[in-house]
Amino acid sequence: MSWALELLKAIGLTLVIFTFLAVVTAMIGVYAERKIAGWIQARLGPKHVGPQGLLQTIADTVKLLQKEHITPRRADVLMFNAAPVVVAVAALLDWVVIPFGTLGSRVLVVRDINIGVLYFSAMASITVLGILTAGWSSNNKYALLGGLRSAAQLISYELPLALGIIWAAMVAGTLSTVGIVEAQIQQGGWFLFTLPPPIGRLGAPFGILAAVTFLVAATAEVNRVPFDLPEAESELVAGYFVEYTGMRFALFQLGEYGEMFGMAALAVIMFLGGWAEPHLAPYLWVAVALGAVVLAAVILLTARHSLIIRPVLILAVLTAAVSLLMSVGIHLPSIVWFLLKLFTLVFFLMWVRWTYPRLRLDQLLNLSWKVLLPLGLLNLLATGLILTLGGR
Amino acid sequence: MLAESAIISASMPKVLLDWFYVAVFAVVGTLMAVLPLAVVWVLAPRQDSPQKTTTYESGVLPFGQAWAQFNVRYYLFALIFVVFDVEVIYLYPWAVVFRQLGPVAFVEMLAFLLILLIGLVYAWRKGALEWV
Repeated sequence: MSWALELLKAIGLTLVIFTFLAVVTAMIGVYAERKIAGWIQARLGPKHVGPQGLLQTIADTVKLLQKEHITPRRADVLMFNAAPVVVAVAALLDWVVIPFGTLGSRVLVVRDINIGVLYFSAMASITVLGILTAGWSSNNKYALLGGLRSAAQLISYELPLALGIIWAAMVAGTLSTVGIVEAQIQQGGWFLFTLPPPIGRLGAPFGILAAVTFLVAATAEVNRVPFDLPEAESELVAGYFVEYTGMRFALFQLGEYGEMFGMAALAVIMFLGGWAEPHLAPYLWVAVALGAVVLAAVILLTARHSLIIRPVLILAVLTAAVSLLMSVGIHLPSIVWFLLKLFTLVFFLMWVRWTYPRLRLDQLLNLSWKVLLPLGLLNLLATGLILTLGGR
Repeated sequence: MLAESAIISASMPKVLLDWFYVAVFAVVGTLMAVLPLAVVWVLAPRQDSPQKTTTYESGVLPFGQAWAQFNVRYYLFALIFVVFDVEVIYLYPWAVVFRQLGPVAFVEMLAFLLILLIGLVYAWRKGALEWV
């Protein structure tokens, strides 16, 4: 294939991924976030624009397109304008190495770079450069404090994050994202619950510990509650993007949601088997379906208010339907499995966001340096030890 | 034509092509991100007024510049971070070849990590990890 053809292909893929980011992560993500926040806080969430408020984010985007760009008089204009672009492009670059599934024998990934996960963590930390730039160039005290907090958070949580990534790379024996998923398919189980034979299920505690370390650090890296100190609305107004209006503000949101979905996608790839469908015996799938229905019934019977009925029903019916399909041997396409896992994880992150209060800065630093870092290191050593003793 | 494309693909290793894609993503992605800003430049009103372009400071006029000197209290964390970040970079190649090399690789990394853990414990005991 010639350069020109590759160039066209690359440009086409950029457009596809950018559209995916803008539509799936930013628009659907923001809508889901507001709707879930509504459910958790016993209110309706967006409701008026389109059926069930589905078009709310589109309306917001159109509104933001018409808003004036205000550049503060005393800001550093060049850096002030560059910062939102940097954040958005960093989130886009993350997705180069994320495999979405398989089509025949081809893996649906932009490029299977041989140092995939290292590349991912490098691109993810570029976001912080954008945030620092935004915080400094605004010439606003709130923004500056937000940017500085973001820097403190980055340097603290980069390490547990990397330890989680290295754990998965060590178990799989490769840094390629596709290779990590294929290692899980080969051993017949997710890294969350299974280590390579002969250890198998006995390795579950290590996998769960590594996944928890990674997920906590990832939440902190993307500045989400309970680690949202850089943009704490109640004390710093909006932190580093307090001076941004209109579409530049939207670019920050795009970057933030793209980054959050990217982190969740990496967690799915490393610990939840990526695009591979879970293998359970048919009667276990029926049990999962029944469990979902029973759980929904219990929640609905004990519920205090009627607003919870619809979301619980939707989730229960979705779970039951997927489990029943699996139990009768109907296979969903791998990309559907990947997106299902991704959205489940994102739902979990949103759940956390609307449930927990914000940490204080010293608690945040303590959690990273005194809990996650030693735990991550010891987990790495322990897993290395049992892999060595288990012999391959 | 076929022969020509075969020569080109042979002269273009996969690694180079990978980073070519990344470069295209960076360039085209930047253009895509700038595009909505250009749309705003066409659509949105532009009108400056002294009040509008002041920075926000809880409703009062900003007091001085934000670009002032102040004590960044967590600079010690930054110092420790540099040490551990370098360590983590060394861990990546080890993680890849670890299972081919077997026990020797594990023992070597154990020694490396223990030295760094001692460093962390030392910093901890010295109070470098305390909020001051």
